[in-house]
Amino acid sequence: MTIKNRQQEIIEEFEIYDDWMDKYSYLIELSKDLPIINDDAKKDENLINGCQSKVWLHADFDDGKIYFTADSDAIITKGIIALLVRVLSNSTPQEIIDADLHFINEIGLKENLSPTRSNGLLSMVKQMKLYAIAYKTKNLPCL
Amino acid sequence: MDFDIKKIRNDFQILSQQVYGKPLVYFDNAATTQKPQCVIDKITEFYQKYNANVHRGVHFMSAKCTEANENARNIVKNFINANHSHEIIFTHGTTESINLVASSFGDRFITKDDEIIISELEHHSNIVPWQLLCERKQAKIKVLPFNDKGELIIENLETLISKKTKLITLNHVSNSLGTINPIKKIIELAHSHNIPVFIDGAQGVQHQEVDVKELDCDFYAFSGHKIFAPTGTGVLYGKEKWLEQMPPYQGGGDMIDIVTFENTTYNELPFKFEAGTPNYVGNIAFGKALEYVNSIGIENIAKHEKELLDYGTKKISQIENLTIYGNAKNKTSVISFLINGIHPYDAGMILDKLGIAVRTGHHCTQPVMDHFNIPGTVRASFAFYNTTEEIDILYEGLLKVVKMFNS
Repeated sequence: MTIKNRQQEIIEEFEIYDDWMDKYSYLIELSKDLPIINDDAKKDENLINGCQSKVWLHADFDDGKIYFTADSDAIITKGIIALLVRVLSNSTPQEIIDADLHFINEIGLKENLSPTRSNGLLSMVKQMKLYAIAYKTKNLPCL
Repeated sequence: MDFDIKKIRNDFQILSQQVYGKPLVYFDNAATTQKPQCVIDKITEFYQKYNANVHRGVHFMSAKCTEANENARNIVKNFINANHSHEIIFTHGTTESINLVASSFGDRFITKDDEIIISELEHHSNIVPWQLLCERKQAKIKVLPFNDKGELIIENLETLISKKTKLITLNHVSNSLGTINPIKKIIELAHSHNIPVFIDGAQGVQHQEVDVKELDCDFYAFSGHKIFAPTGTGVLYGKEKWLEQMPPYQGGGDMIDIVTFENTTYNELPFKFEAGTPNYVGNIAFGKALEYVNSIGIENIAKHEKELLDYGTKKISQIENLTIYGNAKNKTSVISFLINGIHPYDAGMILDKLGIAVRTGHHCTQPVMDHFNIPGTVRASFAFYNTTEEIDILYEGLLKVVKMFNS
């Protein structure tokens, strides 16, 4: 499944909720699906700046694809990361770099999170893309 | 006068609106307060009819604005019972007032190895300016701790004071815990050692009577926006004897006497510390806000807020596993709390969707959070226009939060 398809899937899942409380309840549910970061990777250098709640993010590279693991001390944040990880994990660095994450707007997350929280979300996306750039560079064939 | 909550709420149009289709419950008053209609009208009136720069023009409108700006200064002077109106410096807020003193008092009176005592209860804005000063001057900071109830351990103060102590700075009221500090006692003790005291009154003046003469504090700072006045207004009260000896904070128009390229002499107080065009319309509206507080009566405000605090504390304590941080005997209407296992942001996000505005996080007091070893709290802070019915809504909201996260 492509990044585009995964986004479409999430948009459709959220379409059935018109009430905000239901959307949050669903986010809380989703938080349980997040692939949790290993304890030894849960260290300060993997903490993301810009989040008011704590967020740890780690990336593994295997067979040309990136796999993210993460965690947060706040559940709603964890639900949002779970969505990001679901969309971006299992993709090549180039796919992640090129990804246009329109689903965040379409499920109404960006507008409905406070500016600081929204910044945290953006930092998270930025950090995931930075991992992609790093792995892409690392993976360049020697000339 | 009678305390008529319905009439009071009519003065604050913003409170009657709905957010996300729910009636707004505004419990973030320690961050900023709402403005009564008379304050908003005053701003409009001055921009519509009189706007002209102060202290400069010979024309009618300039004179009108200057007179209103100086009248506002006089209202502030009376509000805190200062000796002279020139002891009232208009600033942009408490933060600027603190930075002014840290800079000007610091330049004049702080030297290498001197010590400044700061309480552990402080907002970052009453920590960082002093740290910057201490870096510049190679001076030191000593910390007066608080106990688990959130009360300063003032018995420790005597041992912290040394011959090198040049200033004690602390807040009147803690913004994150609501503790009312025994500032009069602290000032008396400090003065017995000839040490001046700076009081950050950002959370103090809007909740109780402040009499700087009776307190005998050397400096008292507060923000307009936390006492129903516009943002970008603030006050530094300083005793004349200190303000006279301190060099100017910023250079610019209005603060000078005679300027030549060789030498400049400075204007008299308070203008020496008010460089550039002041926020005169803000100051004028600030004066109006204080008149409004006077018309309600600060004792009436304190009484109603105490009722809200007692009611709110009792009500939300009924929630299982809820811990209130800050249980000082003397407290303003602030309840800072956590529900076991629920991150304050998660709680805050759900409350927001229910139309309830609270503050979540460390409230710019990381040392206070570190003391309790928590990431932050949910803080509900009440003003005199809040009601017990609104506290009931918060209570119901918290039950929903618990249900959502603990199911």
